[in-house]
Amino acid sequence: MDPVFLSRLQFAVATLFHFIFVPLTLGLSILVAIMETRYVRTGNPEYKKMTKFWGHMFLINFVVGVVTGITLEFQFGTNWARYSKYVGDIFGSILAIEATMAFFLESTFIGVWFFGWNKLKPRTHAACMWLVAIASNLSAYWIITANAWMQHPVGYEIRGGRAELTDFLAVITQPYAITNYLHTVFAGYIVAGFFVMGISAYHLLKKNEISLFTKSFRIALVFSLIFSIGEVFMGDINGKEVARLQPEKLAAIESQWETQKGADFSLLLIPDEKHERNIVELFNIPKFLSFLAKGEWNAEIRGLKSWPPADRPPVTAVFTSFRIMVGLGFLFILLTIIGWFKRNRLESSPIYLRIMLYSIPLPYIATLLGWIVTEVGRQPWIVYGVLKTADASSPIAGSQVATSLVAFIILYSGLGVIAIWLMARHAKHGPETI
Amino acid sequence: MLETIWFLLWGLIWGIYFMLDGFDFGLGILLPFVARSDKEKRVIYNAMGPFWDGNEVWLITAGGVTFAAFPTTYAVMFSTLYTPLLMILFALIIRAASFEFRNKIASQSWKSFWDASLFIGSFTPALLFGVAFANIFQGIPFDKNYVFQGNLFTLLNPYGLLGGVLFVALFLVHGSIWLAIKSDGNLHIKAKAAASSIWMFLLVIAVVFLGYSWFATPLYKNYLSNPILFILPLITVLALLATRLFIFQNAFWKAWIASSLTILTAVLFGVVGLFPNMYPSSIDSTLSLTAFNSSSSPLTLKIMLGVVLIMVPIVIVYQTWAYHLFSGKIDEAMLSSKESY
Repeated sequence: MDPVFLSRLQFAVATLFHFIFVPLTLGLSILVAIMETRYVRTGNPEYKKMTKFWGHMFLINFVVGVVTGITLEFQFGTNWARYSKYVGDIFGSILAIEATMAFFLESTFIGVWFFGWNKLKPRTHAACMWLVAIASNLSAYWIITANAWMQHPVGYEIRGGRAELTDFLAVITQPYAITNYLHTVFAGYIVAGFFVMGISAYHLLKKNEISLFTKSFRIALVFSLIFSIGEVFMGDINGKEVARLQPEKLAAIESQWETQKGADFSLLLIPDEKHERNIVELFNIPKFLSFLAKGEWNAEIRGLKSWPPADRPPVTAVFTSFRIMVGLGFLFILLTIIGWFKRNRLESSPIYLRIMLYSIPLPYIATLLGWIVTEVGRQPWIVYGVLKTADASSPIAGSQVATSLVAFIILYSGLGVIAIWLMARHAKHGPETI
Repeated sequence: MLETIWFLLWGLIWGIYFMLDGFDFGLGILLPFVARSDKEKRVIYNAMGPFWDGNEVWLITAGGVTFAAFPTTYAVMFSTLYTPLLMILFALIIRAASFEFRNKIASQSWKSFWDASLFIGSFTPALLFGVAFANIFQGIPFDKNYVFQGNLFTLLNPYGLLGGVLFVALFLVHGSIWLAIKSDGNLHIKAKAAASSIWMFLLVIAVVFLGYSWFATPLYKNYLSNPILFILPLITVLALLATRLFIFQNAFWKAWIASSLTILTAVLFGVVGLFPNMYPSSIDSTLSLTAFNSSSSPLTLKIMLGVVLIMVPIVIVYQTWAYHLFSGKIDEAMLSSKESY
């Protein structure tokens, strides 16, 4: 058994599972903080009830995100020892900064928030939730910066067989990190917005706590509308950065085999990786791909064939994930715009509410597909252009990794099922009287 | 110089982690033995409720600074200790789940399941961290390709196991004292009795461990060449004795601080004895990873030193505030509120 393949699989399982819970944390922390701020401002007990209801959901979700994050940090050492040794100077530092600057804040204040309802003044209590929200979003910044460095390494020099830091500021402020960050957190905000809208829709359909859930729905609707639109812009900016910095990833995203000036964009396309071509290319928009990727109608797009096959990322997975993600992104705008026009008569729009209820999983899917594009699209590199994934693993036996992979799958499935079941149960139950 | 400072910070952060999460582990192991009713069990859960998450971040920080300051040590240590480390992580996952999930469903079997998870999730890391550190003191059988020559049972040798038992005993005393602080009535009495009797056991284990270390490890070398350093194990011994005295006097906060100091200085005793090694090879000492041959570049060490020297004191301030805020006993009002475990 190949330890590299198994380690990749294990890391994929661990990261994707982790990222089911993280985006909700990023967005819901802000939504709960907004709700509690309204409570503090207005003194309306309905907002307190609302805060507690969504806060309860937040906590179940949060704990799974926390504990599955630890295994990720440690897996760089357990499974990717050669990588860790090679990049620890830079990558390790960013993870350590994340822990000291953000994760402590988040983990300490979530405890204070949950247990502190009767111990703190309402204002201070609400401030604790804001600290949690700020810290989780700050935490994401460091993690995305670390990932961006793997996509586009900067501020380093190779000395003595490893990457050594030469320019710290370049690493933590590179534009690719910032665009990736905004793209990722916006996705989290959409996940949270749709989550709150979907569960509110369930109760509105049942005519349960109508006032509370109408308010919740509207807060989440405004939030989702803003960030769904923002996300398309961020996606576009980020896509142009991919085109500039990781041209083979772009070629895989678009399944572009030949190098072309003024490349067309096909609305319907089916890649055929084996024969280095596309089986179907229909509904072409002339020169649109060049425009999308580079902002110029006649810009040159490098085709996959210009790289040796060993240096190309897998095309079908990257291409398909990207297309579905983008499609979903536009659907989110559509759904939130419809919501905007129905915002004052939500109860009398049962079909829309039903659609919103069943839309809860969609932003999750879009987010996970986004990560598949980012990470699979970087292959065969672990650090783009610097270190290959195949040279990055630990000198451990495949059987060891196989065992831990099975353990991961069993443990995470159990954990996931229980967490989602508990959240669904709480969601159906609705807010209790306080 | 920079490497030496980092080496000490590295030891200190691990020490703080064991000092803080140590009482959580102790409480989790204690639960099946001292808590009978559901109410008593919930006192134990809520005694660590607001803290365990913040405490666990010290582990993430310990891992993070190992990665940042000593990447080669991080890489070799974590990959050679693959199985025990993943067992620790899985245990920590089920422990966290026990906190968050136990009180969500009223069923008795549901609660018993999570009580068992809490016990396993606390005992496993306590034992395996002790085993791992004791083995590091002895040296780990890894070769020139950084391949571990052995398996989990290689680590479960007598000295390694003794290290594990020592950690469990330290944490049990630490946790019992914390429970005495946080509880009333019958549970308080049981907690005090547990702290006193386990303390005796801890004393025996500690003496045996110190003696065994003389034969099994080179830990004392640094102390013999620099006798002033003996002040460190002296503090450990005095703090351990003070712990007993304060328990006897029912001064549980003082006992907890003494017990914290015991754990912190015990870890530092080992780390200082290890210096400059961080991860010695028992196959060939020239392969041993030290603070000097496994560290990051001077630039990274400097930047990270700045980050840690600014951020860690801030963390200590707000964590102390949180401890202060929830320093009271777990009472009926808290247990009957929805905002509790």
